Amino acid sequence: MTARERIAGNVAGYVDDRTGAAKWMKKNLTKVFPDHWSFLLGEICLYSFIILLLSGTFLTFWFDPSQREVIYDGGYQPLSGLKMSAAYASTLHISFEVRGGLLMRQIHHWAALIFMVGIVVHLLRVFFTGAFRKPREFNWIIGVGLLTLGIVEGFLGYSLPDDLLSGTGIRIAEAIIQAIPLVGSYIAFFAFGGTFPGESFIPRIYTVHVLLLPGIFLALITVHLMLVWYQKHTQFPGPGRTEKNVVGYPLMPVYMAKAGGFFFIVFGVTAFLGAVASINPIWLYGPYTPGQISAGSQPDWYMGWLDGLVRMSPPLETHAFGHTISWNILLPGLILPGLMFTGLALYPFIESWATGDKREHHLLDRPRNTPNRTAIGVMALTFTMVSLLNGGNDIIAQQFHLTINQMMWFSRIGVVVLPPIAFVITKRLCLSLQRADRDLVLHGRETGRLVRMPSGEFVEVHEPISAEKAWTLTSHEQIAPLELPLEDGAGVRNPGVLKNKLRNRISRATAVAVPKATETDRRELDGHH
Amino acid sequence: MKRLSRLRRHRAAGPILLIFALFTIGTTFQVASAVNNDTTTTVASRSATVDEGKQLFLKGCSSCHGINAEGGQIAPSLIGVGAADVDFQVGTGRMPMADMSTQAMRKTPVYNPEQVNALATYVASLAPGPAVPTDSVLNYERDGSVAQGGQLFRTNCAMCHNFAAQGGALTQGKYAPTLMGVQPKHIYEAMITGPQSMPVFSDKTITPAEKLSIIKWIKSTEAEPQLAGSSLGRVGPVTEGLLVWTLGIGLLIGVAVWLAMKAR
Repeated sequence: MTARERIAGNVAGYVDDRTGAAKWMKKNLTKVFPDHWSFLLGEICLYSFIILLLSGTFLTFWFDPSQREVIYDGGYQPLSGLKMSAAYASTLHISFEVRGGLLMRQIHHWAALIFMVGIVVHLLRVFFTGAFRKPREFNWIIGVGLLTLGIVEGFLGYSLPDDLLSGTGIRIAEAIIQAIPLVGSYIAFFAFGGTFPGESFIPRIYTVHVLLLPGIFLALITVHLMLVWYQKHTQFPGPGRTEKNVVGYPLMPVYMAKAGGFFFIVFGVTAFLGAVASINPIWLYGPYTPGQISAGSQPDWYMGWLDGLVRMSPPLETHAFGHTISWNILLPGLILPGLMFTGLALYPFIESWATGDKREHHLLDRPRNTPNRTAIGVMALTFTMVSLLNGGNDIIAQQFHLTINQMMWFSRIGVVVLPPIAFVITKRLCLSLQRADRDLVLHGRETGRLVRMPSGEFVEVHEPISAEKAWTLTSHEQIAPLELPLEDGAGVRNPGVLKNKLRNRISRATAVAVPKATETDRRELDGHH
Repeated sequence: MKRLSRLRRHRAAGPILLIFALFTIGTTFQVASAVNNDTTTTVASRSATVDEGKQLFLKGCSSCHGINAEGGQIAPSLIGVGAADVDFQVGTGRMPMADMSTQAMRKTPVYNPEQVNALATYVASLAPGPAVPTDSVLNYERDGSVAQGGQLFRTNCAMCHNFAAQGGALTQGKYAPTLMGVQPKHIYEAMITGPQSMPVFSDKTITPAEKLSIIKWIKSTEAEPQLAGSSLGRVGPVTEGLLVWTLGIGLLIGVAVWLAMKAR
């Protein structure tokens, strides 16, 4: 034993005597994680969250969350001598006078956008591979919660600097709150401590933005990761991979190095964006005054689809008993998003109800092998994409010489018509891909080599694929459709006949598949040749 | 003396005097109203300019605006629009229109500055209207205030032209154009004449000094370096979202794929 080893051993022994950590560490540091690039998407969120905490803390050192009126006497001349809130003036101070302040502001904002992009792409990976299935439903719901809270947290951050764009966003949020029937105007009144804009709102959302929501985030992310740890990571199917094992590399040293390195790369990319690309140049927007508005006022992208829904909504209002119900805001601003997020959160339960599959799953699905789920996902994505495009309708119309009216009508019709079309196309694509897999297994890979037979016939030489690949392409199970009884043994209609009919029908649609290649198929084919 | 008093009592004296008086007043009014600040131009050269402008007008504009600028089926009357309007529309290349679509767009002017001046003088000779502001009026560097101009811009202009004067979309394909690279003279003329969808900002709504402040702010914004890295067009969060969904997540996914690759 060298001197160095002895010292390390002494230190480890000292810590272990006092914490008993050795046993726990030994078990957990060797924990195995599967290897796939898409499993790193969630880490993007975790790392950008850490960047947000660090850069956000830096910003709080100078930000003054107050709507107290001040006269600007800072370095940015075009605003010199103007009346503005202390919140806006301190954001200008951070941007122009604090060393590194502008870079930190931009890193914070870019990290927020990357955080939300990370959540969405991670969610898509989990959805399309079926990683939300039993036993991971709770973690899925936590993820949906993080997405929802992320949107709120991002919006609050966007609102804090009290520039013209922030104020416009808060005004729209106020309008959406007011659209809640009966209690809306009261809630708005309480939230703003009086009428808009008042002097209370920014101090209040500041507390929520820097204290309450980050706390909830930390708690939810911890539970999210603990559940991943406890339930183990899912893996893609392949030779040697079963529902009972995890094939991959140990945390120490492989993933410590990979994950640690990835953190610095995420930080690097965020800092790079912060250094080269301007984001939210608040000094150009000017201080907020309710009498002003800029053309092309937009929310950040994660709210853009909500804005797009509001923009395409037809002017519907009901007047009854001295009350006005603004469906044009209520429907796209609250009801539709509410339904969408509820549907998203409940999707694992809906699917298992429809397929009748209540088993645990640790092997992931390839999206093509679950055409119905993949098609539903693409359908929802299409809906969101059309809404998001309409959120930027004025900018798109201006840049591409279209009219806002064309954009609006495209969205109004497209948001209803395109998702079902996307569903059908995706489902067919999935089935075609299944067929391609079947061909690949049965006939092998096309080599592109043409050979002329003695008979004069030309054939392309096919090369059989490896056994491992064939296993990967055929190991998935194809679930038979449910056949729930509509009548009992004596020929009497079941009480739940309608429900069973519905489940049978959904399950039939879910079970549509190209039969995967079997050994029998292969033998038959060999017999032909 | 006797002859003068006899002529004074001539029966044609009244009508002749009336015609003379009308002519004098008319000419004075024309001269005063047309390019009233341009004191160097003599009456003679002005009438030559009016003739030249008329010739240009007949060739280039009359097919739509009518032989006497009285307007037609597809184009408005130009009587009374003033020199400022012509200077703006022709000087920025909007007129003659490239096509009869929603809105005339800015392009390389067809006429040179002398010809634009001739056309403006001719149209101004038809009836009084806003004049082209002179350089001494347009001294925005001296008479304007950037901060005040920014406030006025955000209150009156940003709702269509965007917070950084980059332009914005209006309904039915109309648009408020970007104000980057527009001559101060033309910005001023647009405010006093209200071309296309733009309202007129009269000197009562926005005083001449305030107009200069607005111009000064626009010019200062135009000259402002990109303080925070690439400006991404100064159109707000749409381009920021586009960048994060392409370059941002693209780089990160690329790295993730690289990290997950097996060592070979």
